[in-house]
Amino acid sequence: MNKQLTAADAVAQLRDGMTIGFGGWGPRRKPMAIVREILRSPVKDLTVVAYGGPEVGMLCAAGKVRKLIFGFVTLDAIPLEPYYRKAREAGELELLELDEGMFQWGLRAAGMRLPFLPTRCGLATDVTALNPALKTVTSPYADGEVLLAMPALELDVAFLHVNVADRLGNCLVTGPDPYFDHLFARAAQQCFVSCERLEERLELDAGQARCNTFERYLVTGVVHAPLGAHPTSCPSDYGWDLQHLKAYVAGSQQEQGWQQYVGTYLAGGEQAYQDANGGVERMGALPLPVF
Amino acid sequence: MSATCEFTLAELMIVAASEAWRGDGEVIASGLGVIPRLGASLAKLTHSPQLLMTDSEAFLVEEPVPLGPRDGHQPRYSGYMSFERVFECVWGGRRHAMIGPTQIDRWGQTNLSCIGDYRKPKSAILGVRGLPGNSINHLNSFFVPNHNTRVFVQGEVDMVSGVGFKAERWPDGVRRDLMDIRRVVTDLCTLDFDGPQRAAQVRTLHPGVSFDEVQDKTGFPLLKSPLLQETAHPSAEQLALIRRLDPHDYRAAAIKGNPPGIRSV
Repeated sequence: MNKQLTAADAVAQLRDGMTIGFGGWGPRRKPMAIVREILRSPVKDLTVVAYGGPEVGMLCAAGKVRKLIFGFVTLDAIPLEPYYRKAREAGELELLELDEGMFQWGLRAAGMRLPFLPTRCGLATDVTALNPALKTVTSPYADGEVLLAMPALELDVAFLHVNVADRLGNCLVTGPDPYFDHLFARAAQQCFVSCERLEERLELDAGQARCNTFERYLVTGVVHAPLGAHPTSCPSDYGWDLQHLKAYVAGSQQEQGWQQYVGTYLAGGEQAYQDANGGVERMGALPLPVF
Repeated sequence: MSATCEFTLAELMIVAASEAWRGDGEVIASGLGVIPRLGASLAKLTHSPQLLMTDSEAFLVEEPVPLGPRDGHQPRYSGYMSFERVFECVWGGRRHAMIGPTQIDRWGQTNLSCIGDYRKPKSAILGVRGLPGNSINHLNSFFVPNHNTRVFVQGEVDMVSGVGFKAERWPDGVRRDLMDIRRVVTDLCTLDFDGPQRAAQVRTLHPGVSFDEVQDKTGFPLLKSPLLQETAHPSAEQLALIRRLDPHDYRAAAIKGNPPGIRSV
């Protein structure tokens, strides 16, 4: 069994109109090498499901997003994501804006093959008022409480980035927080994982094995993509690239800013991307953010 | 205390923020942003040591982590608190967060999503984030660095991200007893929602600020709390702790112009 493929092979699985999820959180451990490959591809009309960071902004800038299912879009150190804002303020996006907790609840429902899971989150707010598709359910027990029935967030494809994987699809997340990647993997029909380091077969001790947060049967394909989270962080390997993100934000304020970003960073493939960012040595040494 | 201490408005607000967590017991204290985080840290180091805190990433700490670069200092952890566990904590109600919403209305409803029409907003902000879930599940306080009528809006907030006390917003059968709002700390005053029918009232006024000034800069009518008094000045001990918790003086940039705590009229 060998699940290794290229980012281009993984992206070739996408079809127009698909619902795709991205792991990570804001500007943290996003599968950016795969995102760059999507940006180079002709795929469009996507429904994007994410705890949003620059992948959402970039896909919006490239006009690939029809609908966004999200709780936020942010670059953390730079709170507001410029291209998300532009698309949002232009009224271009269909939206399902969810509480962060509701969002993981919907992924969980999908992973458990349930139509919905109950929660109080979102009730008495515009999250429900603006989305009449979100229904309530009444507890069948004596309490009779009215709860929100958070529908399953079923994904056609999920993309994740991890620190280590093997050719069988076993994955390790070595940073302090696994975020909700395991739920994205469970919610998806197909899940492609890019990794910093690809091994033939993981042979771990008990402590290391606890960094495995989902099973390999959930993994369709593995992409070897060193520095593949850049410009987002990949704890415990490297931090986000604030210089790159600042330039990205500054570019958004200029005419042709996105086209320039595409020309500088996307047109030439991953090797050219790394060269344009000072090379692997600089990128791999970016310090982890201190919170 | 008789000695007069020099202090900044930010330091006064940190002390006022710390008061929000007084008496909460064993709950997670989450202060988001410089002043709320320093307020939570100060609360834990002084009147409320039972509070739980994180390193603002994924670990629990018993010693609040100072802000900014640590010069090699490695915090010691007492437990683990991934985002997944934060939601488990939120839904169980054992948390008191203080965040800075973009808008707050007379019902205590808050907005973090967008300004203007939802479908084509004048300004898109962050998104609702965890506000819907936080606000309906546990105690919340708010922080406002620039008290004005754009924040404290006349009508309802543009996008209700966090629940409040507006009855019409609550469907029949939904539990309302799990939520509450404790305090709003602004650069002019502290507010609570403890008036009749949970009306907003001024609880303390910062030195040199009048009730009329606060009312002028608020889009809805305010009441005077029966407890209305001047906001407590930081003590020398509190100021020393604040300096220890914020060695790089991030608080100096938290309020525009870093004004002194006692404003000259």
